[in-house]
Amino acid sequence: MYVPSVTHPIGDFVREWVPKLSAYLPEQLQSQTLDTIVAFLVNAVICIVAVCAVNIGSAPILIYMERKVCAHVQCRLGPMRLGWHGTIQTIADVIKMLFKEVYAPSGADKLMFYLAPLIVLIAPFMVAALIPFDKNLVVSDVSMGIPLIIAVNGFGVLGILLGGWSSNNKYSLLGALRSGAQMISYEISFAMILLFVVMISGSTNLMSITQSQAGTIADWFIFKIPVLGFIGFILFFISSTAEMNRAPFDIAEAEQELTGGYHTEYNGTPFAMFYLAEYIALVTNSALATTCFLGGFHAPCIGVAFVDNYLTMVPGVVWFFAKVFFMIWCYMMVRWTFVRPRVDQLMDFEWKFLLPVNLLLLGAGAAYIVISG
Amino acid sequence: MSTLPPGFRIQRETNTEEFFINMGPQHPSTHGALRLALRMDGETIVELVPHFGYIHRGMEKQAESMSYLQYIALSDRQDYLTAIQNNLGVVIALEKGMNVGVPEKAEYIRVMLQELGRIASHLVFYGCFGGDLGGQTCLLFGFKEREMIHDILEEVTGSRLTTNFFRPGGSRYDVPDTFIPRVKAFLDHLEGAMRDYERFLSKNIIVLERSVGIGILSKEDAIAYGCSGPVLRASGVNFDVRRANPYSIYSQLDFDVPVFQNGDCYDRYKIRIAEIHESMKILRQCIDKFPKEGPWRSKEKPVRLPVGRYYSEIETAKGLYATYVVAATTGEKPYRIHTRGPSFPHIAALNKMAQGHKISDLVTIMATLDPVIPEIDR
Repeated sequence: MYVPSVTHPIGDFVREWVPKLSAYLPEQLQSQTLDTIVAFLVNAVICIVAVCAVNIGSAPILIYMERKVCAHVQCRLGPMRLGWHGTIQTIADVIKMLFKEVYAPSGADKLMFYLAPLIVLIAPFMVAALIPFDKNLVVSDVSMGIPLIIAVNGFGVLGILLGGWSSNNKYSLLGALRSGAQMISYEISFAMILLFVVMISGSTNLMSITQSQAGTIADWFIFKIPVLGFIGFILFFISSTAEMNRAPFDIAEAEQELTGGYHTEYNGTPFAMFYLAEYIALVTNSALATTCFLGGFHAPCIGVAFVDNYLTMVPGVVWFFAKVFFMIWCYMMVRWTFVRPRVDQLMDFEWKFLLPVNLLLLGAGAAYIVISG
Repeated sequence: MSTLPPGFRIQRETNTEEFFINMGPQHPSTHGALRLALRMDGETIVELVPHFGYIHRGMEKQAESMSYLQYIALSDRQDYLTAIQNNLGVVIALEKGMNVGVPEKAEYIRVMLQELGRIASHLVFYGCFGGDLGGQTCLLFGFKEREMIHDILEEVTGSRLTTNFFRPGGSRYDVPDTFIPRVKAFLDHLEGAMRDYERFLSKNIIVLERSVGIGILSKEDAIAYGCSGPVLRASGVNFDVRRANPYSIYSQLDFDVPVFQNGDCYDRYKIRIAEIHESMKILRQCIDKFPKEGPWRSKEKPVRLPVGRYYSEIETAKGLYATYVVAATTGEKPYRIHTRGPSFPHIAALNKMAQGHKISDLVTIMATLDPVIPEIDR
């Protein structure tokens, strides 16, 4: 029976204790199969709880962070009243949102309308399950990690299209159509960049991609291949911004044009889910960028033994989240700095610029690998 | 659907390509309660019909039962971004009727507040332009410096937005001693701030992509629709009331009237930035020439206009603002006051500009027209 490999520290612990506990059961009930199944279920529950905790727990932090980053970019202070520097503000907002009455506009397709926010949540949750947070801290260490991520990311479009279409609102529909076109287009270059990473590391497993960046800071993929790695990182940054529907590529919800795009008609909890999905996608995309380019959970060693000793004393998960939050900060700064391109310009940019550059990058990467051996 | 013209009713059997979208009156980018009925082909605008009147308050009718002085306060509520300039427009018309002169110091106070108001309005434009393009940060940047102008206005006039300051023959109060130093300090600050702001938008590739060649208004159309102000001058017509028909002391001041030729959104943006610099130039001249001594208003007398028709026109930040006063009887109340606001013709020309562009471009075009809806509806 397949047992997920999350199992590393906690999983081993569970597998060790389940047989011990089952010894207390009546004789006729005890069996090897039962122990395996129970251990599997217990592990699965632990995994789900862990993924939910990381994802949902990070959303309020990110919303608070976004508000503060945005405020300081705009010469404001941001939330300051509730708690120390407004730290409780987000919780108050979440509570407000959850207690709102949930209603669908007349003429909406109710089933689709309420299904859409749930579908949107699938993608970021599944990606989070594949990310290695530390040497033995990964929910599902599948060998086809990268293709699975590319496949799962497509779910987001489905939810947005459904939500926009079922709202019975022309602005929502326009927003949904825009985001459908945008996300499907940018998925191609998103996948291309991930293929570039696969090509360098020679593996589609996220854990081995991370492990192949072990060593000093120069071994991270962003620096490992001169120039190409950095270009790849920038391209990943651009296409993942578009993939997440974040400004400046937020033409799907373009507040100034479409009053809110696909989620114009949503309120209360369903709206909160769209919101949540947006921020979890931010975490998972940053985590993906960290894993693929910034060395994952490896400490930024500089090759001097004296310094490296201290750096490696810090647990990998701390380094991982430090890098993730750096990436998130970059995404936020970009969001609050640039203006939004028009929908057709965005498509032109993808098909006429980003995709050819990606193909060139793949070719150059292949040439580099052949030459350097 | 009954309020729509026939072309906007969708004929379900014959025509399924085009559809109708109602933009506003509750839409974030219509700058107020303006409704635009859009006939769309996908995301492309086929035709656009503006609907006004959602905040019509009947100001011109109200004016008939008000004294002249009360109408000055009402003019604040028309274009609230250029309130101080509207005040002057009304007051000049009244002065023509009362035949009062204005002392030199009062004229300097007027011109300085005019130009401060112009900068404030153009800063709001800067913010809204950036904000409507999707750069929310610009919005706050523009408003930051505008707050400083409002601080100055508050000190001088007693209120930040609806100033109600000028009176026939001068103004309500003298300016405080701190006025000139504060304006000087503000100008020094704005010099640096404008450099940052221009760097933020003027050369940004996305802004260029989204505004160059978008919403072109030809010279002939601009004149035919009766556009004025920056919108007219961006289309290559050199018309500024301050030059063409000087009022106050503008004829003694040295300033340029920026004129751009293309008439697209980028030119309408650039011209306002250029005008901020011109206003700063005027303000610096006024600071140098500002008379320390002398009366700040002529001898006060009751505001009673003899029978007649009086007309004044001034250049506000938005364009030509004209007031036409008809006094049928000698007294404190007008028979009729008509106001010609600059934003109404601009919105009328919107269809011409927006046709064939995307809905995103409509937002850009609207932002560069810089309309204030309460001034259209009055």
